[in-house]
Amino acid sequence: MSRAHDLGGRPAGDIPEKADTMIFHAPWHATALALNLACSAVGAWNIDASRFARERLKDYPKLSYYEKWMAGLATLLVERGLLTEAELAGNTTPARLHPKALRAADVPVAMRKVLPYLRATGPAPRFHVGDRVRTVPAPKSGHCRLPAYAAGKVGEVRQCHGNHVLPNANARFQGENPEPLYTITFTAAALWGEAAEAPDDQISLDLWQLYLEPL
Amino acid sequence: MPHDHAEPHSLLPSDPELRARALETILVQKGLVDPAALSALIDMYQNDIGPQNGAHVVARAWVDSAFKARLLADATPAIAELGFKGRQGEHMIVVENTAEVHNLVVCTLCSCYPWPVLGIPPAWYKSDAYRSRAVKEPRAVLAEFGVALLPSQKIRVWDSSAELRYLVLPMRPSGAEGLNPNQLAKLVSRNAMIGTAVANAP
Repeated sequence: MSRAHDLGGRPAGDIPEKADTMIFHAPWHATALALNLACSAVGAWNIDASRFARERLKDYPKLSYYEKWMAGLATLLVERGLLTEAELAGNTTPARLHPKALRAADVPVAMRKVLPYLRATGPAPRFHVGDRVRTVPAPKSGHCRLPAYAAGKVGEVRQCHGNHVLPNANARFQGENPEPLYTITFTAAALWGEAAEAPDDQISLDLWQLYLEPL
Repeated sequence: MPHDHAEPHSLLPSDPELRARALETILVQKGLVDPAALSALIDMYQNDIGPQNGAHVVARAWVDSAFKARLLADATPAIAELGFKGRQGEHMIVVENTAEVHNLVVCTLCSCYPWPVLGIPPAWYKSDAYRSRAVKEPRAVLAEFGVALLPSQKIRVWDSSAELRYLVLPMRPSGAEGLNPNQLAKLVSRNAMIGTAVANAP
């Protein structure tokens, strides 16, 4: 897998539309977002699965932001058995509203509902604030929230956040496997060496215990 | 799925606008989506949940030191005191700009963003260029946004790689001493709460 989504540190040009205050640039952007939010309410997938569905898209680099969201949604709808490919191609027969479909009246409550990712169970933390740790090598495949630019680097534990749902297996519906989550702080010099703009600037990432090794 | 199998989205029209319309029609027909819910969702993120919420959090922190202390110690309940909570804001962290530190938030792997306080992320935050550059050349990025750092300021970049969501507490501008929280909130732009701007002068 190319990890086309893993962009940190890649060469890139100017940042577009920096003063932009528009929320949706086209009506279809709003539709694409709302379709994703409404369909996720049905409960057939989780946030990690939806990220993984977008990351796996073969044409990821060519798709615009909301095209990725629509494409990832189409993948999940088929993989989770909510739509067949024939239905996606337009051969639908009208059906009654799904019992879990999000109703308009429930939208304000549903979007303001807090569903934490912190869990009471999981392993004890191996690391503590101030410990120096090394991140594991960059993943080659699957869903992993360790960016390549921070892989195999030495940083320091800044904060422990308790056991959070681990994305790697959750993205494949293999369980939450909660694990200690830490904020790890790296110096710019540790990440970029001579290319760092200012060696003492800091970059922090939130990384699970699985992604860390003791020094 | 075999490698030569077309991805499901290729079954939809290729033009994105037609694609969105086709997907909506199919999902409504199939009973997975209530069209009224789509309108409610769009209206909510267009009008109710946006950077005006975060600006209220910042203004409150500027005038109420006890609230600011709670906000920096444990942001999620402090922000919920003002009524802002929910999806993509389950675990909030507030990072404070000072004369020594300027904070900048990015999500290099996707587009994680604190929705309850800032709404839907702007196009630039989701752009490949910002996601690529913010962690490696934050000073060049800030210069491109027109942010002049103090010589004493170091940079802290926060790459939102888990379900923690970051909000920058900008420095209170000078000359704003007599303003009430509603007036102060108007000085706080969306970009200032991501770290690509500072608070506006009154």
